[in-house]
Amino acid sequence: MGKNMKEKIQQLRMLTRDPLLFSLIIIILISLVLFILYPLAKVIIVSVFPKGAFTLEIMGKVISSWHLRRAFFNSLMMGVLTATFGSLIGFIFAFTITRTDIPLKKFFNLIAIVPIISPPFIGALAIIMLFGNNGFITSTLLGLNNFKIYGIRGLLFAQIVTFFPVAYITLKGVLESISPTLEDAAMDLGGSRFKVFRRVTLPLAVPGLASAMLVLFIETLADFGNPLILAGSRFPILSVQAYLEITGMYNLPKGAALAFILLIPSITAFFLQKYWVAKKQYVTITGKPTISTIKLVSPVVKWILFGTVLFFALIIIMIYATIIWGAFVNIWGSDNTLTLRHFMYVFGVGFEAVKDTIVIAGIATPISGLLGMVIAFLVVRKKFPGKNFMEVSSLLSFAVPGTVVGIGYILAFNQHPLLLTGTLAILLLNFIFRYIPVGIQSGIAVLRQVDPSIEEAAVDLGADSRRTFRKITLPLMIPAFFSGLIYSFVRAMTAISAAIFLVSSNWNLMTVQIMSQVNSGRLGAAASFSLVLVLIILFAIVIIRSLISYRYGKLGGTMLKI
Amino acid sequence: MSVTLKNISKVFKDPENVSREFTAVKGVNLEIHDGEMVTFLGPSGCGKTTTLRIISGFEQPTTGEVLISDQRVNDIPPNKRDTSMVFQSYAIFPHLSVAQNIGFGLELKGAKTKEIKKEVEKIMTVMGLSNLYSRRPDQLSGGQQQRVALARAIINKPKVLLFDEPLSNLDAKLRDQMRIEIRRIQQTFGITSIYVTHDQDEAMTVSDRIMVMNEGEVMQIGTPFEIYSRPANNFVADFIGRVNFIPAKVLEVKPEGITIDCFGHRKTIPSWSGDFSKNDPVKIVIRPESLILHAVDAGESFISGTIQRSVYLGPTVEYEIKAKEVSNPVLAVTYNPVEEGFYKDGEELGIDFNPPAAHILPD
Repeated sequence: MGKNMKEKIQQLRMLTRDPLLFSLIIIILISLVLFILYPLAKVIIVSVFPKGAFTLEIMGKVISSWHLRRAFFNSLMMGVLTATFGSLIGFIFAFTITRTDIPLKKFFNLIAIVPIISPPFIGALAIIMLFGNNGFITSTLLGLNNFKIYGIRGLLFAQIVTFFPVAYITLKGVLESISPTLEDAAMDLGGSRFKVFRRVTLPLAVPGLASAMLVLFIETLADFGNPLILAGSRFPILSVQAYLEITGMYNLPKGAALAFILLIPSITAFFLQKYWVAKKQYVTITGKPTISTIKLVSPVVKWILFGTVLFFALIIIMIYATIIWGAFVNIWGSDNTLTLRHFMYVFGVGFEAVKDTIVIAGIATPISGLLGMVIAFLVVRKKFPGKNFMEVSSLLSFAVPGTVVGIGYILAFNQHPLLLTGTLAILLLNFIFRYIPVGIQSGIAVLRQVDPSIEEAAVDLGADSRRTFRKITLPLMIPAFFSGLIYSFVRAMTAISAAIFLVSSNWNLMTVQIMSQVNSGRLGAAASFSLVLVLIILFAIVIIRSLISYRYGKLGGTMLKI
Repeated sequence: MSVTLKNISKVFKDPENVSREFTAVKGVNLEIHDGEMVTFLGPSGCGKTTTLRIISGFEQPTTGEVLISDQRVNDIPPNKRDTSMVFQSYAIFPHLSVAQNIGFGLELKGAKTKEIKKEVEKIMTVMGLSNLYSRRPDQLSGGQQQRVALARAIINKPKVLLFDEPLSNLDAKLRDQMRIEIRRIQQTFGITSIYVTHDQDEAMTVSDRIMVMNEGEVMQIGTPFEIYSRPANNFVADFIGRVNFIPAKVLEVKPEGITIDCFGHRKTIPSWSGDFSKNDPVKIVIRPESLILHAVDAGESFISGTIQRSVYLGPTVEYEIKAKEVSNPVLAVTYNPVEEGFYKDGEELGIDFNPPAAHILPD
């Protein structure tokens, strides 16, 4: 241990020789503590130390409430179900697209990605429009007046549609990295198609599958928009209950206690994913993708897969068609005359929220992206005490449900000297620190590929760490920076679970507006808000991509897979 | 500019388990003179690259001092040290053109654009790169990348030029060309240079002196001739080229040579490493090309044997000879087989050598 201490002191001594780097590290560490850990700590403190002394009184109240126990159980169940079915559908999509020669592959790939760039509750909105009280299918087509979509059926459907694309993207990467030559080899050794799939492809994909399921579990548990719209009062969900405690009952300690309970399974799943499953990942990547000979499935199976994928693609298309249609008809479900009045509302009364959303996402995401790159660089390339702390705490945002973050922020920043409630700053800080994991992860991935000697060469030629970062590392990280930027811009534009606690009359968000339109039954306005939101995101993606390919040519061409 | 290493050691710690240590370099002492080119040679993991990185400043020595022109540089970070490195992977900046890569060091020093351009053009001409000015690095061949890396290192006029296995990514033919090229440029500019390699031919071609390392320790420092024909120990003798160790016994130690008894033959060998006295068992170190082969009864021979295997290589023929006195097969090489002829498998031969070609090591 003595030696370890000495090593740390030596690292510190080396750092103080580079004051800029040293102060940067200090500032980042302080910000991470202040804006990620402190709000979380505050949630815990308020729920078990409400008056300065440790007590389980509030926890006891929560646990003794049948309704809240149900909420906890329901949340876990939804997490497990969505993780299972979402990963299954994601796997079918990924397998069909990487391992068969079905037609329309590009189209299916695009369809599977569209939900990722939409607000996460768009599925729920469409389901209400199709299957709700005035639903197009239930009421108009089938004439049912008492069909109940609220509860587990509707919610599960919405969450699967919302989250299976995440599993798809993960599993597509996993399957692409499994060299088809392995399957060819197994077949060459006399394995039947099914046996090859069962003994080679599937076992190699299992760690990826487990990882996708855990990620889906975390995201479902954290999901707020879908349950708020679809869960209904008979099927309580933890994140919504926490929100209702705080905004409905003004019971902060109880809300915090619920958030604390929500945090436990999320964090467990996160560490399971990061430290256990991720280590089991097989690496069969050889650098060059091997040409697939595509004969793993028989024609019959191929067309069955095609049918399945087509079916889900049609569901997604139906969802978006519903939203688009709903944005243009006068009153959904009763008056089908076309109108632009919903858009006039969005660009009139609602335009304040559009502007605010763009300003907030536009400011927060570049800062978040840049900070993410800097942290990735420090974590991969520098040695300093507190490095592990920096990595883990900055990635933690990913695991913490937005509801918990939102509650943590209102608890942490409602008094001097950090009185931020109701300001632009609190929204910005929340978004910046919530989306740094995106930048960090893409930055780390790129840096691990860049030979450290490229940076050493710059240092060797006389560049200090600041110039090396600016002139060598940053330009090399730019593709990762921008693809991270797009992703975190999308997340910021579509965020709701944390932001709903932080908006104010001065600073409001489109997603929150959509929610309140849904709650007051104005589905047309909600649909046109959603449509405008998706169009803004698409527009931003096109702009960023063309800027990069104009500026960086080949470098930018292959980097954005969205 | 001279470089001095004083008792340099480097201990690495296992980041997962701090109590596990690995000593990469153990007490290295070396003095490199102005304008000299010294090679660190050794098997992988011998500490040669770590030593180089300590000189460049990328690693801090655990003990010891690094001096460049007699000034201690331990506390000077790599970007302030007057050393330039040519990296094994070349480390060409992929987002900059050839000219921008080469001019990078000058740009950092704040030189004027016009001056940078002039200097870059000058050095590109010397390096045979003149037509590649605005090329992108991914459009370069391996040899061209190598030249760009070298040009980028010497344009800064460093006090010391460091080469970290610079040729290991090139094909054999290009490697042969580049070694000569590197030596030519080093001598043209007269830069004190340190070269790391595990390839002994490369070390022989480029060096004024070679430092042979093994498991972190210096095995021998000497000219290529000394390293090859007067090895200081078994490791060096065995690591450099191919060698025969033949057992013998000391009869007499005199200043002009050690007289040994080798299977009943007396020979006085003028070269040795170590301390010897009468009756000590020793090894005669003798290179395959120094053995003289002849028909069994055609002349004097200290051992004789049967050819087990012969390999015809064109300019040379290599033999493995089974001699009853020695356990390992004896290796021998003859030259110019077209005129001199060669022996066939199964032939019995007498084997002899001239004493100046041999060297004595302790057994």
